[in-house]
Amino acid sequence: MEPRHKILILDDETAWLEVNRETLLQLPSKPEVRTVNSGARAVALMDAEPFRLLVCDLKMPKMDGLQVLAIVRRRFPELRTVVLTALEDEEFRSRAYALGVDLFWLKTDIQQNPQMFQDCIESLLGRDMETGFRGIQSKSLMDIIQMECLSRASTVLRITRGPLVARLWIQDGELIDAEAEGARGEAAFQRILAWKSGTFENMPAEPARERTIFKPVNALLLESAQSMDEAANPTDPQSAEEAVHRKTIWKLAVVAREGAEFVVVTSANRQNEVDSWGTQAGAQLAAWTRRVTEVAKRLSDRLEAGPLLYALGNSVERQVLLLPRDEKSYLVAWPPDAPVDELFEKAKKLVASWDS
Amino acid sequence: MGFLTKFFRGHAAVQQLPAGSLTVNRDGKVVTSTIPSGYPQGLLRDIVRDVLLLFRQARDAQMPLAEFSIHFASLRITAREMRGGAVIFLSPHAVPAAPSQPDRL
Repeated sequence: MEPRHKILILDDETAWLEVNRETLLQLPSKPEVRTVNSGARAVALMDAEPFRLLVCDLKMPKMDGLQVLAIVRRRFPELRTVVLTALEDEEFRSRAYALGVDLFWLKTDIQQNPQMFQDCIESLLGRDMETGFRGIQSKSLMDIIQMECLSRASTVLRITRGPLVARLWIQDGELIDAEAEGARGEAAFQRILAWKSGTFENMPAEPARERTIFKPVNALLLESAQSMDEAANPTDPQSAEEAVHRKTIWKLAVVAREGAEFVVVTSANRQNEVDSWGTQAGAQLAAWTRRVTEVAKRLSDRLEAGPLLYALGNSVERQVLLLPRDEKSYLVAWPPDAPVDELFEKAKKLVASWDS
Repeated sequence: MGFLTKFFRGHAAVQQLPAGSLTVNRDGKVVTSTIPSGYPQGLLRDIVRDVLLLFRQARDAQMPLAEFSIHFASLRITAREMRGGAVIFLSPHAVPAAPSQPDRL
């Protein structure tokens, strides 16, 4: 018999504690539910015994929910966390997700849809604790969709931007449906891509969802980039934000189209300027790129071997190709199984369309 | 005039590209080599130092490489990581032949 999961609910309102306790006790996995009404006591209790999930209020006296979550993330990184609050404020939602919480729920939403809340909690409890990373921050929506698709996940992404709510249904790594602003299918997906910021939540998968999208995500990305280009009126001065957003979509589309994993661009003239897409280690990779370029130049001069055409490296995880072009160097990463004979030509193609 | 020219004329020299392979340990010491012994040792030391440096810095960038190659217009340097040391292959490219003229009818 499997041990029962233990859930800790933290809220300074006793009435809410009792309501939540009753709700969570009805979960199919029959968890053990403990309650506590202050942050300090919650931390002490978690120190004393292991919990699987913490349901945490935000607005509390002395130690507020964000402080508790910050402590939890540091001391109990494997603990699943759910924020349950009456604060309808996007800033708090963003800050909570930045602290790596798994779900953010409003108390009013639970009253309206208690079954959905129970499904989400049950899904969280059932997820394997030993694998996977959490706490995604500052990722673009396309990064997140691509991660879900590449990992062959089945999930529903609930994306919130202020009052707007959209959903993306992903089944076995394929985008099968989208819903946003009254639209559905590809049209909804294009509208979601136009959102420049927001938050997202992983909801339980809905395998029975009717499929309305049949194109691969990469193809939809390209179409989106093209339609944005066409929609842009060159006579109107665009805001800097819109221009940056269009550029982001375009570059991600180029990376996805060519099957690359990431691109890091360094400039010979501007040492501190790094343009990296698809990797968090942009600065370190840029430093390595510069070093290879310097070494190649020095060896080229000393050995009289002619100019550097390209450099190629491989590891267990990926292959990287460094391509110098004009005053820039492009480091492009590919999956380890990509045909090595094609990498140079593919990199040239990618670089040619990079700044177009 | 001719006498002096005979003694002081400079020798035009074209540096050969290195060809062969060498094995180096983690300290950069050459263990085995098939590079002609007449090739300047200083240049070989430069190659070894730079190859080990690039492997080390790739590790620092969270990208430990098993192998990498630098392709110049006339030379390819290929290096395989070996427990901190490396096996380095130096392969000069043959000059590509000029495209043949199409046959005229």
